[in-house]
Amino acid sequence: MSNSTAASKKSVLYDWLTTVDHKKIGIMYFFGGLFFFTIAGIEAMLMRIQLMFPEMGFVGEQTFNELLTMHGTTMLFLAAMPLFFAFMNFVVPLQIGARDVAFPFINSLGLWLFIFGGIILNISWMTGGGPDAGWTAYTPLSTTSGGHGVDYYVMGLQVAGAGTLMSAINFLVTIVNMRAPGMSMMRMPLFTWTTFVTSMLILFAFPALTIGLLLIMLDRIFGGAFFDVALGGNVVIYQHLFWIFGHPEVYILILPAFGIFSEVIPTFAKKRLFGYTAMVFATMIIGFLGFMVWAHHMFTVGMGPVANAIFAVATMAIAVPTGIKIFNWLLTLWGGRIKFTTANLFALAFIPSFVLGGVTGVQLAMSAADYQFHDTYFVVAHFHYVIIGGSVLGIFSATFYWWPKMFGYRLSETLGKWFFWLFLIGFHLTFFVQHFLGLMGMPRRVGSYLDGQGLNEMNFISSMGAFLMGFAFILLVINVLVSRKNTDNVQDPWDGRTLEWATTSPVQEYNFAQTPLVRDLDAFWYEKMEGDGRMKAAEPLDDIHMPNGSILPIFISLGFSILAFGVIYSQWWLMIVGGVFMFSMMFIRSIKEDHGYHIPVSEIKKEKGEG
Amino acid sequence: MANEAIQPNVLPQNPEKATLEGRNKYLGFWFFLGGETVLFASLFGTYLGLRNSYDGGPGPQDLFHLDLVFIMTMLLLTSSLTSVFAVINMKKGNFKKMLTWMWGTVILGLGFLGFEIYEFVVYYDQGLGYTVSAFASSFYTLVGTHGAHVTFGIAWIITLLIRYRKTGLTLANAPKFNTAVLYWHFIDVVWVFIFTVVYLLGVGG
Repeated sequence: MSNSTAASKKSVLYDWLTTVDHKKIGIMYFFGGLFFFTIAGIEAMLMRIQLMFPEMGFVGEQTFNELLTMHGTTMLFLAAMPLFFAFMNFVVPLQIGARDVAFPFINSLGLWLFIFGGIILNISWMTGGGPDAGWTAYTPLSTTSGGHGVDYYVMGLQVAGAGTLMSAINFLVTIVNMRAPGMSMMRMPLFTWTTFVTSMLILFAFPALTIGLLLIMLDRIFGGAFFDVALGGNVVIYQHLFWIFGHPEVYILILPAFGIFSEVIPTFAKKRLFGYTAMVFATMIIGFLGFMVWAHHMFTVGMGPVANAIFAVATMAIAVPTGIKIFNWLLTLWGGRIKFTTANLFALAFIPSFVLGGVTGVQLAMSAADYQFHDTYFVVAHFHYVIIGGSVLGIFSATFYWWPKMFGYRLSETLGKWFFWLFLIGFHLTFFVQHFLGLMGMPRRVGSYLDGQGLNEMNFISSMGAFLMGFAFILLVINVLVSRKNTDNVQDPWDGRTLEWATTSPVQEYNFAQTPLVRDLDAFWYEKMEGDGRMKAAEPLDDIHMPNGSILPIFISLGFSILAFGVIYSQWWLMIVGGVFMFSMMFIRSIKEDHGYHIPVSEIKKEKGEG
Repeated sequence: MANEAIQPNVLPQNPEKATLEGRNKYLGFWFFLGGETVLFASLFGTYLGLRNSYDGGPGPQDLFHLDLVFIMTMLLLTSSLTSVFAVINMKKGNFKKMLTWMWGTVILGLGFLGFEIYEFVVYYDQGLGYTVSAFASSFYTLVGTHGAHVTFGIAWIITLLIRYRKTGLTLANAPKFNTAVLYWHFIDVVWVFIFTVVYLLGVGG
């Protein structure tokens, strides 16, 4: 059994590559997500340049198809979800008073599968063009698309998706089994709750995507006949499978943001979250209904009036729990001593922006009217209002809120507010006009439009808004770089309410020297108000058991990626090499028992300043 | 310590759930099986959508023989039973008996797998290639995915049996055997659905 001094001898790079520490994994998710966010943002810019004027020749139509496919795919799978995973990984174990996650090794494997999957997907740009069948990859468009673009899409998402599923199981077990004494389910912070429900959605939604992608792969590479109508295939099956995954996916993207706002708003309103129980149950109801409405993406397929009516009504029902949440946030703010920090500004801007997206959502849910809206820019405007107005504002709010805890310095508020206002204005400028473009009949996913149809001005405005968003994002990057000196007041800068603010900044490897005793909802706030401002310990100071790092997650991911390339290029030998490599790494993991190491009490005391 | 063999007199009631790691594995594996359920449900849905699309190729009534499938079903159900006996012996602390019963599961599983390969070869000879019709693709994908799960399960159990042939029961390996058995039950249950939805419905419906 090694001890912690052995661990500290490793080089910094090797330490980060092999780490199983949920905080380091969270930080790697953050930078991985930010990297792909930048790429997908650039792809969006290129599309907006192409659409700035009628009949532009900036990018060809094929390239435009590839850009729109990769923009959507990258933003959803490689940017938004990993950025949420970053905060979940970093914050959830701290919020529930745990030393670690339930499966540190699997957590690391999930991270590396995401990174390798993202790389596979983007390598397609360099090998003859990206996927071009839309992020939904509808058959038969995707099964008949030439080149290897769609193969990259299928295998890249398969690798990344496997990682996502593992991470979800890890979060679920962590939240159920690893809570500190006194942290009952109904005392968990809302972000932990939404992580729990989100992970449930991932667990039950992603396998449907796995099968959808598998069927495309079998059709494209192994000559299957699932979507070959000439051989009795049925292309609508893919649409069902995709949206059984795809609709829960949009709740996977919004629920963590709801959780973030439910942390940020009470903190900066200096009030307990209004209607905590209602918030928890609204989250669960949204999660449940999210599985019941997938066919509202398929109103125009021809399912018949009965199916359309059922799915329309079910969809509108989701507005009820969402409305409950909106009112609870408003009532949390009501009478509060509101501080307009950057994190809170994002939360406050979210409420009206997201409501706009929600209203168009209910409009789209009316199946008869949807025949008019379908595949127009109205849909594009709607989902950007919920995804940017909800998820992205949530990610930025969380970035400013948790940055001191994650990185040990505070982001500049001045630059942050510039970033906020420019981004918010840019966002509304880009997408508000797209409602009208859609109602005027401009189809989505088309790389050009004609002059003289009244579409010119609004497209130009939309492109200008996109540039403004891009410029604002640069301010965030500058902020990250120039704020490094703000290292004062980082332990609890916002006068926080939940347990993560009871730890040191940066957080010790073992999070809590002694597992805290939780006595109420908003555990840390309770100790500030009723106790001495420090968490009570639930155990005596003792040696702390920690898991060892491992290089195997990278090797397993590498094996899976080699296998994926074998499939993409139909090379049996490469598939076998990758498969054998992957399974032998898993085999090593299985037969080698690893009992971790212990951090002795003396060292913990030294780090606490008591040694 | 976790890696010391349990003496029968100090054996915890449920060694597979006596440690936090064991409880995490147990719960995590149940969640995983929840995801697997959706995976197979998607394949079942696809098969049900395409099961009448023979497109001139052979269909279920030309191919399926319930006697063969019945033998396969019995083999797999019995293999689940032996794994139950293995877990009962694990809880009693009879490590040797547990290993014996688990080997029984492996042998029965291999028997099932052999019949399945034989079945696929026969169907292929009767003209049901993978690319012949949508029915063929969906049949082979659903049953083949199950077969791949069986293969993985056998490899997993053999790995455990060889790795721990001499160690005795420990708090570290009890959860491993328990999750492997859980997995085995799951693929058994999936087979019951395949037997009903694919074979009985194919011959009778």
